[in-house]
Amino acid sequence: MKKTVLFLFLTFFCMTMFAQKNAVTGVVSSGEDGTPIPFASVVVKGTTIGTSTDFDGNYSIEVDEDDILVFSMIGFSSREFKVGTQEVINVLLVTDNMGLDEVVVVGYGTQKKRDVTGAVSIVDSKTIEALKPVKVEQALQGTMAGVIVTSASGAPGSGLDIRIRGISTNGDASPVAIIDGYQGDLGTLNPDDIETITVLKDAQAAIYGTVGANGIILITTKTGRKNTPAQISFNSSIGIQETTRKLPVLNATEYGVLLNEAYAANGEALPFINIANLGKGTNWQDELFERAPVLNNTINVNGGSDKIVYSLSASDLDQKGIVGKDKSGYKRNTARINLGADLSDKFTMKSSVIYTYIKRKSINENGLGSVLFNALNMPSTMPVYDSNGDYFLAPTSLGIEIINPLAQIADTYNDYNLKKLNGNFSLDYEYSKHLKATARIGFNTTNSEYKSFSKIVDYGGKVFDKTRSSVNQNAENFNDYTFDAFVTYDNTFNEKHHVTATLGTTVFKEWGNHLDATGYDIPNNSWDFADIGLANGVSDSKSVDSWTYDQRRLSYFTRLQYDYEGKYLLSAMMRRDASTKFGPEESVAYFPSATVGWVISDEGFMSGIEGIDFIKIRASYGLLGSDKIDSYKYISQLDGEATYVFDGALAPGTAIGANPNPTVKWEESEQFDVGVDFKLLNNKIDINADYFIKKTNDLLIGNIPVSGILGVAAPGAAGPTVNAGTVRNKGFEFAVGYRGNITEDLRFKVNYNFTTLTNEVLEVNNGSGFIEGGNFGVGQPAPSRMEVGKAIGYFYGYKTDGIFQNQAEVDAHPSQTALGADASPGDIRYVDINGDGKLTSDDRTNLGDPIPDVTMGLNISLNYKGFDFVAYAYASIGNEMVRNYERSNSNVNRLSTNLNRWTGFGTSNSVPRLTTAATANTIFSDYYVEDASFLRIQNIQMGYTLPKSITEKLKISKLRFYGSVANLYTFTDYTGFDPAASTGDPIGGGIDYGFYPAARTFTFGLNVKF
Amino acid sequence: MKNKLYSKLIFTVFISISALVLSCSDDFVELSPEYSIDSENYFNSSVDYNNALIASYDLLQSTYVNVILGEIASNNTLCGGESATDVVGWQQVDDMIHTPVNSNLRDVWNWMFAGVQRCNYFMEFKDNIDFDGREIMIGEVRFLRAYYHFELVKWFGAIPLKIDERYKLGDETSIPRSPVSDVYAQIEADLLLAIEVLPTIASQTGRVTKGAAQALLGKAYLFQDKFAESAAIFEQLITDDNYSLVTDYNTIFEAEGENGVESVFEVQYTDVEGAAFECLQCSEGNVAVGFSGVRGYVGDLYTSGFSFNVPTQDVVDEFEIGDNRKDVAILDIEAWAAETGAEFTTGFEHTGFFNRKYIPRKRSEDAEGDLNLTNPNNYRSIRYADVLLMAAEANNRGGVSDAKAQEYLSEVRRRAFGDTNHDITLTGAALTDAIYHERRVELVGEGHHFFDLVRTERAAGEIDGFVEGKHELFPIPLEEIQFANGNWEQNPNY
Repeated sequence: MKKTVLFLFLTFFCMTMFAQKNAVTGVVSSGEDGTPIPFASVVVKGTTIGTSTDFDGNYSIEVDEDDILVFSMIGFSSREFKVGTQEVINVLLVTDNMGLDEVVVVGYGTQKKRDVTGAVSIVDSKTIEALKPVKVEQALQGTMAGVIVTSASGAPGSGLDIRIRGISTNGDASPVAIIDGYQGDLGTLNPDDIETITVLKDAQAAIYGTVGANGIILITTKTGRKNTPAQISFNSSIGIQETTRKLPVLNATEYGVLLNEAYAANGEALPFINIANLGKGTNWQDELFERAPVLNNTINVNGGSDKIVYSLSASDLDQKGIVGKDKSGYKRNTARINLGADLSDKFTMKSSVIYTYIKRKSINENGLGSVLFNALNMPSTMPVYDSNGDYFLAPTSLGIEIINPLAQIADTYNDYNLKKLNGNFSLDYEYSKHLKATARIGFNTTNSEYKSFSKIVDYGGKVFDKTRSSVNQNAENFNDYTFDAFVTYDNTFNEKHHVTATLGTTVFKEWGNHLDATGYDIPNNSWDFADIGLANGVSDSKSVDSWTYDQRRLSYFTRLQYDYEGKYLLSAMMRRDASTKFGPEESVAYFPSATVGWVISDEGFMSGIEGIDFIKIRASYGLLGSDKIDSYKYISQLDGEATYVFDGALAPGTAIGANPNPTVKWEESEQFDVGVDFKLLNNKIDINADYFIKKTNDLLIGNIPVSGILGVAAPGAAGPTVNAGTVRNKGFEFAVGYRGNITEDLRFKVNYNFTTLTNEVLEVNNGSGFIEGGNFGVGQPAPSRMEVGKAIGYFYGYKTDGIFQNQAEVDAHPSQTALGADASPGDIRYVDINGDGKLTSDDRTNLGDPIPDVTMGLNISLNYKGFDFVAYAYASIGNEMVRNYERSNSNVNRLSTNLNRWTGFGTSNSVPRLTTAATANTIFSDYYVEDASFLRIQNIQMGYTLPKSITEKLKISKLRFYGSVANLYTFTDYTGFDPAASTGDPIGGGIDYGFYPAARTFTFGLNVKF
Repeated sequence: MKNKLYSKLIFTVFISISALVLSCSDDFVELSPEYSIDSENYFNSSVDYNNALIASYDLLQSTYVNVILGEIASNNTLCGGESATDVVGWQQVDDMIHTPVNSNLRDVWNWMFAGVQRCNYFMEFKDNIDFDGREIMIGEVRFLRAYYHFELVKWFGAIPLKIDERYKLGDETSIPRSPVSDVYAQIEADLLLAIEVLPTIASQTGRVTKGAAQALLGKAYLFQDKFAESAAIFEQLITDDNYSLVTDYNTIFEAEGENGVESVFEVQYTDVEGAAFECLQCSEGNVAVGFSGVRGYVGDLYTSGFSFNVPTQDVVDEFEIGDNRKDVAILDIEAWAAETGAEFTTGFEHTGFFNRKYIPRKRSEDAEGDLNLTNPNNYRSIRYADVLLMAAEANNRGGVSDAKAQEYLSEVRRRAFGDTNHDITLTGAALTDAIYHERRVELVGEGHHFFDLVRTERAAGEIDGFVEGKHELFPIPLEEIQFANGNWEQNPNY
């Protein structure tokens, strides 16, 4: 394998060899513990001649007496030795300043970590290995200050939302991922292919101008290292997933008792005459949740000669769902090749190509009528199967959306697959020591297909009934490329003034199309025959559709970086962007920014101070932009729906779609950051602290709610996209790391970070002064708002004040009739907020918001001889969530909290009475808003690496076994499935429709390196 | 030296190629959408005009909610449904405890204004080109705009008015609510112009006719107590003699009775296209029908529905003995089940009666789901019987001619009873009452009664919970008051 790979590259590229004179040998070892360092690079200074150490740190190289040997290894400071007459040179390398010389990718270039003047967080492959995430985004949760990751679903393969430093837009608030220089997609990457994830959190991202407003995530994929033999590593794991939570609901007897009570309260006949034999009944959640496997295998080959570096990998992930198993299963295959070559002494090229195949099936989730919603609302008195062995049909008395969830899964048929090729090609030309030019192109090309089959099914008068079978198929094609060309000038004048200047351009174009069609009357009413080709039925209405898009962005940028002796650091950036998202008048925008830094520890007055190794103060300020809105919102298009009936047949017409906004313009993010970095006590302690203010002006909101007179409620119409207001996020980020040894063998690392966040809306540019969003119940006003002085997306509803205990209390209180029904004892008492003596919609108020006040992460790792242990925890404090998974129908099952309902004077002051009569207890109030603060033990992993003495006999270099538990436990008072779940909507997020919970996963795996 | 020059050359070439590839110019970002039609460059052919006209018709289908909610608001029916909280907005209107927070009333506002907006889009470009038949199309749009405006003024009273130009963002804070009289003036103006150009017989079934415009104009006059004008326009319509009563009242509401001789204006529905709850206004079917159906019904002739809009004993008792219309209008489900063995379940406020004119019939094989939302029953918006009764009322209350009033009223009654024994010979106020009674039983279940009670100032005495000076109008939706930011006052006492 190793040989084949090498041979392959050797046949393609020719190597130049030089004649040598004397042989020098030696061992390279660590200055800390004396252990040999394998794969350290040994190079003759000023040439490309070199080699690397073997597994035991040995090297051998032929050199001249005048040559200088440079020994280097990532994580260690390089050392140089003059050869002279020595034949053996043993070298001790000391670890460098805890990564200060590490190279950080900052966009169109790199910087040493010590010179970075922006707020940057990095996660490397070690963390990814320890967290073993299925998706890349999960590696950012809790490992970086200021970064929040949420998911609207725990279903395999579902998307995750990343928010950097709060929510600042109601449009697309997700940061942009740049993979090896080109705009890409985090969601489809194999986490094992990633070397580092760098998040630019502040104005430093301004070099990305247009796309930087929500932060930039820079991904560097794994590459090989020069002069290292091929290293093959194989990782394999198997896991079992189970639900982290089941909600306590009424069993059959409890349900019978409570339902009788509700009917009696309204003077209706009791539905259950005899409740004695109801027993516990069906536990629908037990029926639904299953243990499901997840399998993951990856293989990696890395290596390099003195001209070529390569990295190859392939992976296979197969995950079943804890609900519906195969029917919510996810499969991902990836293959990747990464190649770097020194073409000549002037040209270097790098290229990386990733192929991804994804297959996914999904079930109805997160809404009225979804599988979990049905499981919670199906009474436990009802069986899964009827006496004939068929699925029991839920009666219409439960409302038209609630059906047997197991029947629902059985009747769900869909299939999605995606094939993606993405990659880049980059050419560097080193004109001189000081001047370098880079041209690179990155691309994504994606084809996806989706098919869903809806069979003829009769649930007995439910919304899911189908009288005619149909199959819907669609094919989509998405493409984009990012072309960059830039020159970098780097020089030091008078050994003190170091200048780096960058000038360049970026071209981004994305285009694609979609085609879908529906066929009717599937043979045998079966998934096996569900294909348009076999469906001969036709429809009188249009059953095919298509769309295309083409969007582009053109940018020019320049950056000047200056430092004086590495002590005073300054950089200034400017970017000009033009985007097709805006009308001709507004398409161009300029985004300037600047950063400064001061390495105080390099000052003379700091020398000699014990314990302080490094201090840097830095600040940044800049403008960044966002154009993340749908295409062509500045013009009015005839893409609405208009169909009427003439002569008894459908007559298609033409109507306006979304309301246009000709003056829609760039969203602008004004970012300020001041931070300090410390390294203390011989680099054992590492502290970063940042204070930031991020103000988003002219924030873009699509389909903004506007007056009905604009015709936005017409079929196919929508509200305009507008620059709607200003939002400010302020916060403090703090990260501290400590590493040390307890004994010589027992080493540990602790990292802790926290972020505070205050979100405030400063301006809303519409008549009403607020924008509404989200849904609660059926037919109720929107529960979430963006309003001046409040956090974006705060919950707006009625405040409660306990339960009316008797009629006297009802009479003494202002009438609640306008809220939907007259109050009776046992009903919720609402607060007359404005004190006008009556309860109306004007009495709604702030009930909290879904934005956490503080988030924190804690990571601990321990190493003892062959054993390793890591634990990751994440906490989110001060975020509220709305409970919206209870159907307001008398006959559905209820949460167990109803066992503590009001049944008479003094019985309860929190849970209202049960009745089938109309009450105002179901309107949106703080009764439905819960504190969803939580602390989650995200991952615990324990590994054991076999001693070298054994592995050498097995002819492998490393063999490690590990076991881990993901989502081990969540401490929370929240009563729903998952306090960490969110749709991520800025206005309307934090509303729980019965989220598919994140699974607890027990994994066993092994890592082998050859 | 030469080497350096060479390098320099390469470098220059490298940069220029990059520059060329980029074609570094803003042309790159100047493009127009592919496969898309700009709304401002439309109306270039008669087909374009017709397509925009169809869009104006489209919103007629959303008036299902005006019909069912208008009926629920009256004392003809109770809200019903599954439970006391099923479609809360309707329940509250039924109990006359509705407030500005009511998503269903907001639907009426939003959907009717969506209709107005589409009409105004057409009118904005009405003179772009000329072609045969353009005037008729303009007449159709004028009728539709009047129809939507009439619904709005009935429900909400004073409304903002913008004519032959689309509403744009900001109008909600600058255009005031025009007084009711101005809204009616606009309706009258549109209809008078429409009458001049519309044909007596439409080119396609479902399109507006001259008769429809005359009838709507007469109705608009009647709602303003302009009895003389109303009587006059109805007189024209009646003497034009293009419409007549269907002999068998029972056939009117069946599928074969659609667009019959009695139909002056009819909203067209079909079940060949699917629909979902997310966009009820998008349905090509009559959503009100499924909502009115018998809950859990299994049996002959009908199919099941959501048991809303259930007739009260009061309206059933309003029918005189021998009135053939009673069994057509009212389904006595207990009796029907006993007779045919049909099964059903009961919902909230079960009265045992259903609005038989508009409950779901057995469906065709081709019917698309959700079947509850796609019933194909056309809504007979203006029937000739309605025209006769409105004409009678205008003649009687306007003091034009009680004789004519008696004649028109008796024409309707002769069909109902199948004889002339039930002809009316009353005059004056007694005749007025007889006309009111006749309107209620003839038109029960068709969404007219609440507005008849309000315009004749009888609602407070008839409808439980009706507060005079308040419930004549429905509240402007809270959201609209908020958008208007002080520009629009809420209706009194809400």
